[in-house]
Amino acid sequence: MKRVLLAHGDGGLYAAALIKDLFLRHFSYPELGKLKDAALLSSIDGRLAVTTDSFVVQPPFFPGGDIGKLSVCGTVNDLVAGGAQPLYLTVSFILEEGLPLEELEVIVVSLADTARSCGVEVVAGDTKVVPRGQADKLYITTTGIGRVDPRLALGAEHVRSGDAVILSGPAGDHGIAVLSCRKGVSFQTQVVSDCAPLNELIETISPYFPALRWLRDPTRGGVGATLNELVESAALDIMLEEKLLPVRPEVRAAAELLGLDPLYLPNEGKMIMVVEQEVAAAVRAALREHPLGREAEIIGQVERGAGNVWLRTVLGGTRGVEMPAGLPLPRIC
Amino acid sequence: MLSGTELAQAQQLLALIKKKLTGPLSIMEVCGTHTTAISKYGLRPLLEPLRLLSGPGCPVCVTAAVDLDRMIALAGTGAIVATFGDLLRVPGSETSLEQAQAEGADIRIVYSPLDALAIAADNPKRPVVFLGVGFETTAPAMALAVKQARERDLSNFYLYSCLKTVVPALHALLAAPHGLDGLLLPGHVSSVIGRRAQDFVASLYGVPAAVVGFGERDILLGIAAVLRMIEEGTPGVVNAYPHVVREEGNLLAQKLLAEVFDTAAAEWRGFGMIPESGLVLKTEFASHDAALHFDLPHASVLREQDPCRCGDVLRGAISPLDCALFADRCLPLTPLGPCMVSSEGACAAYYRYDRKKGVAPA
Repeated sequence: MKRVLLAHGDGGLYAAALIKDLFLRHFSYPELGKLKDAALLSSIDGRLAVTTDSFVVQPPFFPGGDIGKLSVCGTVNDLVAGGAQPLYLTVSFILEEGLPLEELEVIVVSLADTARSCGVEVVAGDTKVVPRGQADKLYITTTGIGRVDPRLALGAEHVRSGDAVILSGPAGDHGIAVLSCRKGVSFQTQVVSDCAPLNELIETISPYFPALRWLRDPTRGGVGATLNELVESAALDIMLEEKLLPVRPEVRAAAELLGLDPLYLPNEGKMIMVVEQEVAAAVRAALREHPLGREAEIIGQVERGAGNVWLRTVLGGTRGVEMPAGLPLPRIC
Repeated sequence: MLSGTELAQAQQLLALIKKKLTGPLSIMEVCGTHTTAISKYGLRPLLEPLRLLSGPGCPVCVTAAVDLDRMIALAGTGAIVATFGDLLRVPGSETSLEQAQAEGADIRIVYSPLDALAIAADNPKRPVVFLGVGFETTAPAMALAVKQARERDLSNFYLYSCLKTVVPALHALLAAPHGLDGLLLPGHVSSVIGRRAQDFVASLYGVPAAVVGFGERDILLGIAAVLRMIEEGTPGVVNAYPHVVREEGNLLAQKLLAEVFDTAAAEWRGFGMIPESGLVLKTEFASHDAALHFDLPHASVLREQDPCRCGDVLRGAISPLDCALFADRCLPLTPLGPCMVSSEGACAAYYRYDRKKGVAPA
C-alpha cells in the first residue's frame, strides 16, 4: 500500500507528483492547474464574505460523511449563515506521514464532489506533511469566499420579540454519528451525520428573504449554544417548545445513554432561522419542499427578556437552556 | 422526553398533586441526581407552591475540603492520584486538583476505580492513589478494585476512601431542627440498602418519605405519595420505585461492602463529623489504605469567613438562589463551592436550568 511519505512535503519532485497525480486529477478549476503561488479570480460584483475553518474530526471517516465532505460543508454553511452565496474555496491539508494514499484519495474525491455539488470552485490549495505521531492522519483547513446576497439583512439587531425560530431538521445527528464510531465509546446506531451544504436549501426560501432576520448553522455547541449567542447580543429571550424540537428517537436514546443533551450536540447540515412570525409557516413549508429540509420545524419564539433561552417541556414545565461549559466532545468537526 | 402513556400518566399525577397542594410545603430530594433531574424537567416552577429542596446526596458536594487538601498534597509528592472528573475543579482550602494538575501534579481522570487499577499495573514503581467518593451505589466497585488489587498483588494501588453512607446522614439531618414536610429518598442508593433500612425516617422522626426513581413520572409519583401521607397524617416510607428497589436491597452488594469496609466517623461538608457515616478499609486491606500508608496533613487550613453556603444548601436550609454568591462570584468555571461544580450539585443544576438572567441585584 502506498503511503504519504515525509518526502511528499519536500517541495520538489515528490510534492509535485502528489499534487499532479492525486489532487489535480480531482479538481477542475483551470487556475489551479497552473500551480502559481496565488489564484487570480475574476472580479466579483458586490460585497464579499470570507470565512475559514479547520477540520480535525476523529475518526476522519464517519457514518454519513468524511473529513473531506465536512471541510466543504462547514465552510460553505458558514458563508450561507453569513448571508453569502459561496463561490470559491481554498483547501489546506496537513498530512501525517504514513497515511495511506488510498484513504487520502477517497477524502479528496469526497471533498471535490461536495464542492462541485454545491457549485463552489476549489481555487487554491496547500499540502504539508508532518512526521508520524505529530498529527492524527490528516487535518484540513478550508477558506471560503462568497458574494453577499443583497436581498438579505441579517443580524441579531434585526431580531424582534414575536419572531419565530425555525430549525431546518432534527438536532444532533452529526454528534451521535461521530461519537458512535469513536474508539472506546463505539456503539451501534443507524444514525448518520447530517453533513451537507445548505446553500441550495436556503435559496428555496429566497422569496422570504425580506422577512429573514438571522441565520446560523448550529455546529459545535448545537442549537443550545447557538441560540444563547443570539440572545446574549440581542437582550431578548427565546422560548423553545420541547414537543416541537425535532430529534430522531435513536439520537435521543444514544444521547441519554451518553449523558448528553441533544440541544448541545453538533450539527453539520442544519440551519436555525429567525423569521417574522407572519411568514413562519410559509418558510417551513418551503423548506420542507427540499430534501434537506423535510423535517423543518418551528421550534420556538423570540420573547421580550434579558438573554435567556428557555425550554417548555411537554409536561408544561419551563427550564433554562444554558450556554454549555466544557462539553466533553473534542474533535467532533 | 415523555410520550404517549407516560405523558398522560404524568399529567394525571401533576393534576392530582396540584389538587392536594393547598399551601406551601417543603419536600427534600435527598439525592443530587434527583435535584438535577427535577431542574432539567422544569418541575420546580410547575409544582409551586411546593418547595423542593436539595439535600446531602451529592457525593462530590459533601466531600470535605480537608480530603481534597490531602490529595493535592499527596499529588505533589510524585504519587499518581486518580479520581472522577467531577472532583477536579472542586475547591479545597487553597487550591484544587485541577490547579495542581496544571502545575505539574500527575492527576488522572478515570471513569471507574478499575481504570485506576490498570494505571497501577502500568506504573508498578509509582504509588497510585484512587480518591474514591460516593455512596452505597459506587462503593461496591471500589470494594472490588481493592479486592482485585490484593489478588493481583498490585501493592502500589491505594484507596483514599471518602465513601459515605446515607442512613447516618439522614439521622443527622432529621435529628436537628428542620422544616421538612417530607423526603424523596434516593432510588439508586435504595437499590443497594433496600427500602426497609429507611423506615426510621417515618417511625423515628415522623417524616413521610418515598423511595423514588429518576424519570418525570417517577418523581411525580413519589411526590404524590408523600403528599397523600401528609394529607392523611400517616407518615410511612413507601417504595415508589418497586421495579428497581427491593425491601431488603441488594444482598450481594451489602455482603461485598461488609467484607471490605468498616464504618467510621466521617466529615461531611455542611454537617461536620457524622458518626458511623464513612466507609474505611478493614484491617486486612490496610496495605491498600492511602490514609494509613501516607503521611497526610491532618487538618486543613481553615479559610477565615468562608462565604460559600454550600453547607446550607446541602442541609436544605436554603435554595441555591438564596446564596448571594450564586451566579455572581460563584460560577461554573470559577466555583467557590462544590455544589457549583459537580454534575449532581444543586447550584450547578439551578445555574443551568432554574436561573433567570438579567435580574438586577438589589
